[in-house]
Amino acid sequence: MREPNFILEQKHSDHAEAMEIRSTNMEKKELLTEIEMRAIDHEVSLVPYKKAAVIEALKIVQKQRRWISDASIDAIANYLEMSAAEVDSVATFYNLIFRKPVGKHVILLCDSISCYVMGYGKIYQALQRQLNIQFGQTTKDDLFTLLPNVCLGCCDHAPAMMIDEDLFEDVKEDQLEKILETYK
Amino acid sequence: MEQPLTKNIITGKTLSLKEYEQAGGYAALRKVLKNNAPQEVQQMVKDSGLKGRGGAGFSTGIKWSFVPMDEDARHPKYLICNADEMEPGTFKDRLLLEGNPHQLLEGMILAAYAIKADISYVFLRWAYRKAAEIMEKSISDAYAAGYLGKNILGTGWNLEMYLHTGVGRYICGEETALLNALEGKRATPRAKPPFPQVSGLYGKPTIVNNVETLCCLPHIINNGAAWFKSLSASEDSGTKLYGVSGKVKRPGVWELPLGTTMREIIEEYAGGMANGYRLKGVLPGGASTDFLTEQHLDIKMDYASVAAAGSRLGTGTMIIMDDATCPIGFVHNLQHFFAQESCGWCTPCREGLPWVEKILLGLEKGKGSTEDIELLQMHTQYLGPGNTYCALAPGAMEPLQSALKYFKDDFVEHIEKHKCPYEV
Amino acid sequence: MFIHIDNKTYTVKAGKNLLEACLTLDLDLPYFCWHPAMGSVGACRQCAVKVYKDENDMKGRLVMSCMETVTEGLRLSIEDKTAKAFREQVIEWLMTNHPHDCPVCDEGGACHLQDMTVMTGHDYRRYNYKKRTYTNQYLGPLINHEMNRCIQCYRCVRYYRDYAGGDDLNVFAAHNHVYFGREKDGVLQSPFSGNLSEVCPTGVFTDKTLKEHYTRKWDLTMAPSVCNHCSVGCNTIAAERYGQLRCMLNRYNGDVNGYFLCDRGRFGYEFVNSENRIKQALIRSRTNEAATESEIMEHVQSLISMSKVVGIGSPRASLESNFALMQLVGKENFYQGISEDEAHLNRLVVEMLRSGCVHSVSLKEIEQADAVLIIGEDIWNTAPMMALAVRQAVVKTAASQASQEIKIPVWLDSAIKELAQEEKGFLATLTIATSPIDDIATHSWHAAPDDLARLGFAIASYLQPGKIVNTDFSEALLDKAKKIGDALKKAKNPVVITGTSCYNDNVIKAAFDVAVALNTGERKTSFSCVMTECNSMGLAMMGSPSFSVANENIKTNGHATAVILENDVYKHIPSANADEFFNSCDHVIVLDALHNATTEKAQVLLPAATFADGDGTLVNNEGRAQRFFQVIPNTTSQVQESWRWLKKLQTLKLHTLNGHALHPDDLLREMETALPQFEGITNVSPKHDFTIHGEKIPREPHRYSGRTAILANKNVSEPKPFNDGDSPLSFTMEGYKGTPPSGVVPFFWSPGWNSVQSVNKYQEETNGALRGGNPGLQLFKNKSDARDLFFNDVPESFVVAKDRWLLLPKYDALGSGELSSYTAALKTLSPQPFASMSTGSLQALNAKDGDMLQIVDAGIMYGSLPVKADENVCDGVVLVTAGLRESMGMSWGTRVQIKK
Ligand SMILES: Cc1cc2nc3c(=O)[nH]c(=O)nc-3n(C[C@H](O)[C@H](O)[C@H](O)COP(=O)(O)O)c2cc1C
Ligand code: SF4
Ligand code: FES
Repeated sequence: MREPNFILEQKHSDHAEAMEIRSTNMEKKELLTEIEMRAIDHEVSLVPYKKAAVIEALKIVQKQRRWISDASIDAIANYLEMSAAEVDSVATFYNLIFRKPVGKHVILLCDSISCYVMGYGKIYQALQRQLNIQFGQTTKDDLFTLLPNVCLGCCDHAPAMMIDEDLFEDVKEDQLEKILETYK
Repeated sequence: MEQPLTKNIITGKTLSLKEYEQAGGYAALRKVLKNNAPQEVQQMVKDSGLKGRGGAGFSTGIKWSFVPMDEDARHPKYLICNADEMEPGTFKDRLLLEGNPHQLLEGMILAAYAIKADISYVFLRWAYRKAAEIMEKSISDAYAAGYLGKNILGTGWNLEMYLHTGVGRYICGEETALLNALEGKRATPRAKPPFPQVSGLYGKPTIVNNVETLCCLPHIINNGAAWFKSLSASEDSGTKLYGVSGKVKRPGVWELPLGTTMREIIEEYAGGMANGYRLKGVLPGGASTDFLTEQHLDIKMDYASVAAAGSRLGTGTMIIMDDATCPIGFVHNLQHFFAQESCGWCTPCREGLPWVEKILLGLEKGKGSTEDIELLQMHTQYLGPGNTYCALAPGAMEPLQSALKYFKDDFVEHIEKHKCPYEV
Repeated sequence: MFIHIDNKTYTVKAGKNLLEACLTLDLDLPYFCWHPAMGSVGACRQCAVKVYKDENDMKGRLVMSCMETVTEGLRLSIEDKTAKAFREQVIEWLMTNHPHDCPVCDEGGACHLQDMTVMTGHDYRRYNYKKRTYTNQYLGPLINHEMNRCIQCYRCVRYYRDYAGGDDLNVFAAHNHVYFGREKDGVLQSPFSGNLSEVCPTGVFTDKTLKEHYTRKWDLTMAPSVCNHCSVGCNTIAAERYGQLRCMLNRYNGDVNGYFLCDRGRFGYEFVNSENRIKQALIRSRTNEAATESEIMEHVQSLISMSKVVGIGSPRASLESNFALMQLVGKENFYQGISEDEAHLNRLVVEMLRSGCVHSVSLKEIEQADAVLIIGEDIWNTAPMMALAVRQAVVKTAASQASQEIKIPVWLDSAIKELAQEEKGFLATLTIATSPIDDIATHSWHAAPDDLARLGFAIASYLQPGKIVNTDFSEALLDKAKKIGDALKKAKNPVVITGTSCYNDNVIKAAFDVAVALNTGERKTSFSCVMTECNSMGLAMMGSPSFSVANENIKTNGHATAVILENDVYKHIPSANADEFFNSCDHVIVLDALHNATTEKAQVLLPAATFADGDGTLVNNEGRAQRFFQVIPNTTSQVQESWRWLKKLQTLKLHTLNGHALHPDDLLREMETALPQFEGITNVSPKHDFTIHGEKIPREPHRYSGRTAILANKNVSEPKPFNDGDSPLSFTMEGYKGTPPSGVVPFFWSPGWNSVQSVNKYQEETNGALRGGNPGLQLFKNKSDARDLFFNDVPESFVVAKDRWLLLPKYDALGSGELSSYTAALKTLSPQPFASMSTGSLQALNAKDGDMLQIVDAGIMYGSLPVKADENVCDGVVLVTAGLRESMGMSWGTRVQIKK
């Protein structure tokens, strides 16, 4: 497996027993859903080459499946006529493409400078206590994954965090319980 | 005091197309499309003295002038709005995106016209979900109103516009890395030359401008270069969105004449330091600018003055370091960010920044030595401009080198006491 | 133009970058991400120098030398303190995570990273934190992976993906976690993967087959060699230790293979060490079959003086050996050891190239072509390095056009790629089935050989209307012809490639006609015809009749003794015919290196040398004669070059030359006289007595170790080094230390440059010729009295016949070689034998995918093969995996029956 980092740029390494064959057309089993394909088709229509839509395709598939599995990589690769390596090269570069499973809700806690000054550390500690997980981990009930994130662009309301697509500003420790409750 | 960019913005509200038009929106576009050739628009912007608000402060008009404009120039040409805003401590573009989207769109359409672009993109960072919704809607409204698409306002000129939301990575804000990201590739920066103006997105002529830069354009067209110059309180033209974050009474962002003093911004607009805190240092324009200190409070916040004080205006959003915050911890946080966000392409950045981060962590925990200081100094020298592939690492070195200068005592104290004196 | 480096003035060539300029001037400047074949990307920051505005500028500016173009009067400094310190610092950074495992690293001693570390003077570690570590991947049997050693120069991905077009290796993750490998563990899919071991500047990607019998580079005995595996003739370095061939390395030849080899060439060497080698002369049906040299000579002598003797030559034996056989048996009794069908095609190719109507193209020239047309040959599989050259042509044409537009130098690699994007130069592939090279083709069309030929003639006819008489082409065909013709017309340096593997002379004639029709005025057209074996061209040029003729002769006249030279007859003709031949012979004498079906038939068997244990000359498909040299010293076994056996026999027969040494030089001189088409062949390399300052050229580097101990188990006093006497090379570490003549460079090494990167010290300029000119001699000189040659043989369209299937070979880049099949690693990768047919054909046969089919040809039954449906095979054709035991002797290109 590649060097452990946060789960963002990682994936499971299944060390599949590799067959000693050289072939160009390996059969790909995993398929994209109709919804995914239609959305990807639209993105493809806007770019000069199919593969230029790969980031959009990753976003589309992640939206449907929470994260990008090896099988999803293969499916996207197949659909965009790319190799799995090429898709994964892009997928593992960007930190918001999840190459390992994440919980139902992803908490992105800003750990950049303004939030640092304004005490994101306390929020992190509180989250650790309440969820019993650290950065890069997912709660046992698969509900929350906690990740650090770079500046969310609301430094005048630090500390800040995002849960899925919702932004929380001026976060106080004692509000956390209530906030988390709404996602349960 | 005129605040052309923000005057119609009401916190928490978004100006609709209709409201924007009622406030005089899209008049500049109508005027230009009717009366001016693209090169004339370029000239107006050049005359206005507008400098890029994305951080580097390069003249917008001159930047445009490198785009090939002759008949056989390669098409499609692209105009890209850089709305990646991921520099820590920076939160100015968000206000413009969420508050007055059509001002930005009009600016983009004007810029696209000036370089005869065929396709334009808004490259928006992922975290700006609300802005994404707003932009999505505004773009479709602009299409419906005939400001975008085929035969714009009956002139026969076509412009398509798309919104692209990113999937993370600060480096995407670097304009050439941004191009790779838009092409669906790893966002490593590109070699310059060739500059994007000649070989940009998909190898075609391309201009990348910051949100704030583009928002200035309708006003320049409407009111002229002289007016734009007159807005400023310094050599530079126009207003600037200044922001303050950290332990001040009223953190926020304000549009003020370029060249307003740092003291005025911090003390009057941000209400001064929060109770019980003293100002120890300021990063005047985002995480990748040099520290300034109390002694600099009276400098004008314009490109030249901040440079003369040994820093950069950058994005104009200040981060305040108070006296209760450990400068080593502060700089360590910044270096952690930069090390994490290095794209991994060039050696000094990829290998140097993690080393710096580790040294700072050691120092912060009281495990440092004087050799560590030398190593940090070495890095500030060798990760300087020109030594790395892009400006990320040199930017990272700015707060470090100035911290070593202004907060040397803190470093020494950490080493001598074998612990962090700020720890309670 | 002039530039000033550290206040000295030098003349350099315009257009180069500063790094290239410095290296060409023999100045040492460290680098990693730059590669001469792949250009500059500016990633590693290792090649930093100072550049000054003018002589008054004392401060200067640090720049990456690989990214700056030389300009007139430019002032730069390599020695500047800051520049030096920065370069040292870059190494320190790269070393922060490097495991320093040189003692157990396969690259150690030939490592660019080691060299550059020493060059910059970095020697003290200041980073004392934990190193980053990675897990390695299984990448197949050829390449080993050790990621912790990576210094992130990105060369591997740039080579594998951008240069060679592979898509299963890439870079993953970001910042200091970047990882180079596959998406999952698994076999690297590119047949050019072996070059990773030379492209990687450290020990991340190494030769796994070398690991099986590892030797440090400095402990290898090395000799210049030529690849035996296809007709392209790439230059290699063969490397030996303890009497075993240990590995093959690239040997730069600016006209042929440049910096790279294909995997068949690099890894297919192991047959030399095979158990199956013939080491002992045998006289069969004696109580004691093993014979001494004098016994065997006497025995053979008596056999050949008893009856008429015929000599069967070989397309994989050297010119020397073929000629020695011809001398022994007499010109009229010498036959090419190949079928009449193949000999006919080869004769045609010789005639074409000899006519001088078109230019016989080198690989280097193919790389520079601006349009390529391939008719009838799957070069990806039959001549892999030619496919790699075509890929460069296609990718670089677009790039160089683009770079002219915005005036950026072609070596500015990433900028060029970003500019050119997916744009490609023109390539049309007209072949019988799909090939991986189709991926980069503008047009691909798959049809039966006669139809391919018809399209070829149609193109020629479109290019020069009226030249072809018989033109009943369909509209559809004319439309294709027009499209391709128009693109070719636009080119300045078009290349037409064809080959013999369709077993169809019309295909070759059509390709030739296109080339001739294109060759007008400003345009210089080049032509290339791929052949089957490493010396097919040399043998064909000798102009002898085919094996089929020999067979007929023996059948009618009887009572002959056959001397068979390094040739498995069963490979070329149906086994029944071969059996018949052997039955008609009184005696069969075989010289070969490996046991095979023919050696089974030998009453007398002589152990022949391979390319590794002997010297010889091969002629590649271009007509380039190239010399290879012995690398395994032979002190004990009877193994010797076939030409030496044959020459000794001739001596016995003629009772001349007694006691005189035999040199290939003498043999070649006689050959020049007897066969004037080989004029100049004696000059392919320096003569055997060539020395520099009285010194021979050592096959061993001066760092060679253990010499005194190597044979200590046998004798404690060090034996005298083996002396082959045939070449200017010696089997020692002593000798001339400077740069040898380009044809006899046994290894690349220069002080401070222990890795393959040292090749830059041997070149006249970056990517240029080796100093003194690239080795090899082009035998087809375009004569001024060029004879007009043009063919008018447009065949009828191919007709599908239900009971008469057209049988054609399907080659595989790794698995179709007789010799590479002895390499365990390659064998695991080579395909299982199968037949492929279109679904339509299968329906007509009432068969389905996976069924076992039997091929029947003129009453001869071949073994059963599973059949695969392949939409890209045209109706009426059956493709069968070639080069495997199951398909030996099939009469390719004929119509056969198929039974379920
Ligand atoms: C590491 C890095 C990150 C950057 N991020 C941004 C960004 O988020 N937004 C932006 O407008 N410019 C950013 N820039 C500056 C851009 O490269 C570019 O100069 C700018 O978008 C040009 O616009 P302007 O001329 O309007 O200022 C960044 C530069 C660097 C080196
Ligand atoms: S794997 Fe080798 S070639 Fe690739 S970047 Fe690392 S050191 Fe360079
Ligand atoms: S940030 Fe990636 S190389 Fe500079």
